[in-house]
Amino acid sequence: MSISVKKERVVSGKIIRISGPLVVADGMDKARMYDLVKVGSEGLVGEIIEMRSGRAFIQVYEATEGLRPKDEVLSTGAPLSVELGPGLLSSIYDGVERPLEILENLWGHYIVRGAEAPAISRDKKWHFEPAVKPGEVVSAGDIIGTVQETVNFQHRILVPHGIKAAKVVEIYEGNFTVEEVVCVVDVNGQKVELKMLSKWPVRIPRPYKRKLPPKEPLITGQRVVDTFFPITKGGTACVPGPFGSGKTVLQHQLAKWANGEVVVFVGCGERGNEMTDVLLEFPELQDPYTERPLLERTVLIANTSNMPVAAREASIYTGITIAEYFRDMGYDVTLQADSTSRWAEALREISGRLEEMPGEEGYPAYLASRLASFYERAGRVICEGSTDREGSVTAIGSVSPPGGDLSEPVVQATLRVVKVFWALEDRLAYERHFPAINWLNSYSLYDRAVAEYLNREVDEEYGSLVKEAMAILQKEDELKEIVRLVGMEALSGEERILLETARSIREDFLQQNAFNDRDSFTSLRKQYLMLKAIMDFYHRALEAYSQGRELEKILNASVRLKIARAKFIPEDEIDEIASIPKQTQEEIFA
Amino acid sequence: MVKEYETIRDIVGPLIFVEGISDSSYGELVEIEYGTGQVALGTVLETTKDYALVQSFEGTQGLSPKKGKIRFIGKTMKVGVTRKLLGRVLDGLGRPKDGAPLPIADDERDIQGNAINPYSRDYPTDFIQTGISSIDGLNPLVRGQKLPIFSGSGLPHQRLAAQIARQATVKGQEESFAVVFGAMGITFEEANFFISQFEETGALEHTVLFINLANDPPIERLATPRIALTVAEHLAFNEGMHVLVILTDMTYYCEALREVSAARKEVPGRRGYPGYMYTDLATIYERAGRIKGLEGSITQVPILTMPEDDKTHPIPDLTGYITEGQIILSRELHRKGIYPPTDILPSLSRLKEKGIGEGKTRKDHSPLSNQLFAAYARGIEARELMVVLGEAALTEADKAFVRFADEFEQKFISQGDYESRTIEETLDLGWELLHIIPRTEIKRIPPEIFEEFYHKKRRAAVKA
Repeated sequence: MSISVKKERVVSGKIIRISGPLVVADGMDKARMYDLVKVGSEGLVGEIIEMRSGRAFIQVYEATEGLRPKDEVLSTGAPLSVELGPGLLSSIYDGVERPLEILENLWGHYIVRGAEAPAISRDKKWHFEPAVKPGEVVSAGDIIGTVQETVNFQHRILVPHGIKAAKVVEIYEGNFTVEEVVCVVDVNGQKVELKMLSKWPVRIPRPYKRKLPPKEPLITGQRVVDTFFPITKGGTACVPGPFGSGKTVLQHQLAKWANGEVVVFVGCGERGNEMTDVLLEFPELQDPYTERPLLERTVLIANTSNMPVAAREASIYTGITIAEYFRDMGYDVTLQADSTSRWAEALREISGRLEEMPGEEGYPAYLASRLASFYERAGRVICEGSTDREGSVTAIGSVSPPGGDLSEPVVQATLRVVKVFWALEDRLAYERHFPAINWLNSYSLYDRAVAEYLNREVDEEYGSLVKEAMAILQKEDELKEIVRLVGMEALSGEERILLETARSIREDFLQQNAFNDRDSFTSLRKQYLMLKAIMDFYHRALEAYSQGRELEKILNASVRLKIARAKFIPEDEIDEIASIPKQTQEEIFA
Repeated sequence: MVKEYETIRDIVGPLIFVEGISDSSYGELVEIEYGTGQVALGTVLETTKDYALVQSFEGTQGLSPKKGKIRFIGKTMKVGVTRKLLGRVLDGLGRPKDGAPLPIADDERDIQGNAINPYSRDYPTDFIQTGISSIDGLNPLVRGQKLPIFSGSGLPHQRLAAQIARQATVKGQEESFAVVFGAMGITFEEANFFISQFEETGALEHTVLFINLANDPPIERLATPRIALTVAEHLAFNEGMHVLVILTDMTYYCEALREVSAARKEVPGRRGYPGYMYTDLATIYERAGRIKGLEGSITQVPILTMPEDDKTHPIPDLTGYITEGQIILSRELHRKGIYPPTDILPSLSRLKEKGIGEGKTRKDHSPLSNQLFAAYARGIEARELMVVLGEAALTEADKAFVRFADEFEQKFISQGDYESRTIEETLDLGWELLHIIPRTEIKRIPPEIFEEFYHKKRRAAVKA
């Protein structure tokens, strides 16, 4: 977080009213909207969100107890910004990018007010490797050098936005802190010093050259996601569900296994222990793609439910700005926000204190437009710079609708912008069907683009297999209705085979245990083979039945236990799954 | 820096509007003098250069704008904390109710507390054996968790809470243990039930009780859980004790919150509860947990009664979004005479996976509980089908599942008030019940665990 006070723009005023996180100050007519301010003797951080006849309405990011009228308010003359540079990865920040680890070292186990520390360490030295030579001409977005931030991650240092056709005068290789000059460029005769540290205002999207349509799937290792409701790199998804339906576990699974280079995880108004869980687990878990600890590719933003509500409002912007920063280096980044409902509630609370006219359910009228512009910051882009680097930000937000009611404003406003909808259902969670994604209500608008990819990269019949399985699940729903009314006898043998197959798809394929080492992640190839084994049994069973073989015998074939246990077969032995169809053939037609 | 004002302009419900004060601080403690000798405590809800809005914790009956006085104390509301509070019965604002004077405090703490730095938290992983199968086996409680009981009027949530407080132990550990009990708006009888329970088992000397009864001032309830938790934090993180905090009944707390919000004419959220109720509840529930490098822990068991048994009512709904799971009580099971009437399927313990398994309970715990959940869910589904279509309409497998569901309720869920089962007994009981359903339907258990435990009993019998 940057809180340096720029002398020339200092505006100071006096508090005239305090109501929860909202403070009103007089004498602020020279301050600007969304400027960062420091409030009271402790220097609590806030942001101007409204101006009325010289009075600034300030949302304060810290508890306001003890503030009183006449206390001083100082504008810093700069908007709320985040610090960017080497050192972001494996850090944990609060909603306004205060480093929680350092805060603990300085102030102990509790978050105290007025605590301040730079987000990026000023002492740590990084080895800077130049990528350009003196004499070369560079522009905004060009890579001037790299830093090996972790074993597998190369942090690329870019020419800051706004610089055009600059000639490199000097550039140094060696160990530097983020504030030391690593490069000097000449812009129209003016020398500009470049450092590794940069800043960006969180409410302004970082620029790029142009946006691209979605192409490649983000592989998550979650069968119901990858096979049935896929998301692409640069796509947007939402995970709504009542409490206890497994939103957070699903978000954690995606953060663990998705094949991006960087994950930014925003815990927005949720439980403290959930962030602790990530903090303790991610250093232990291996990234399946690089075999390094997962924490090395993760940035955590933790603004838990009991931390100040205004900082919660800022947290998703802090998160997506950091995500965009890594995107601009040419990486695939996943941003996960858990939960956007808590963000919307923070918006509502501030709006209420501003005495704005409430919209639906007390949410402000601008809720939908704020949500839309947040999700619009996701996407696959050609980054700024002279080479055509491609990067992406995939945004996945959970929504916690009151009482699980999907007609409420936050869900509805979100559904209008996102392309993937994973509908979590408590009824499934009660049966311990996890992930509790309802296969009939969920959708992905990327399914066609992804089916092409799967047919090309995994197996040419993957797409049609998925379609057929989906049709069986649809049909199951209708048949179940009949069974409920008139009983199982009303069904034909073919229909009973279909029902059993549907059960097998649900239990043996869709259900996935996040806490089982072998089941937690499934490669695309294994997913295909598992589904293939189930669908193959369906066809063989129908064939055998039409030849007059006994139905009970077909359905009780021992190979079905093999199909059920396929999920526990390790990735390097998946040939065993490939051999199931052969066993089916042998057993049923024995 | 105490300042006294006689400039009360408006009195609305629990709120007092004081004019002419220009420098009261937000959240400041005030004393309200009624002019009749009565003095109440309050706090500043809003402050401006012209007025202050004060909320009285003890109501405003008898307060007159002419005769009343408001004293601004110049500090926020604090409570004296010390280990010597154990064994004491206090009122909802922490004043003695048992006749003895308050002990000398080690420290004075702001009742609002500070948020624990998420980086400083330690993840709760110590399994607490409550001796209750439906909790230990399926929705285990761990140290530092917040696990509420969602109940309904007339259901035996107090018996269950008392049984948990009585039986809770951590396997193989004898450590200093304390109970902090915060009562908000419950009746004398209910409060008395807990006190006599604690007395009977000798637990009272490890317990501190904060009691706000149904006829005590409702607004006082807003302070009671915070005072209780401030004391609990001292016991846990300064004295190194493992503290179980029971808060009952959170429904009355939320109603007090709504009362203040309505008096302030705030835009109401669902069912008239304020929009910030989630955040407000979070500042209570999130005060559970463990801290890295410190000995003690705070485990919270808040109790709330769901209006009309409705889980989607804002109070249980928002609670469920903050707490780490919930134990839901079922009226149907209660009518069947099953105690504790734990509604297994919608109940949940989020911290279960890290608190159980090899070295903590037993390695079959997690897959077995998943299988029991799934089998019970299918049994209930089949039972519903049976009601509509008759038993003949069920397949053999479904009939077995119905039998499983019945036995599961009678043998596994049901137990006595004073029956404490070890976790091994609970798990073995689960395996025994699985024999009712066909083997091919047992899909949630990895083969190696299945082989080791499914026939355990028979093997043991053969050996004998």
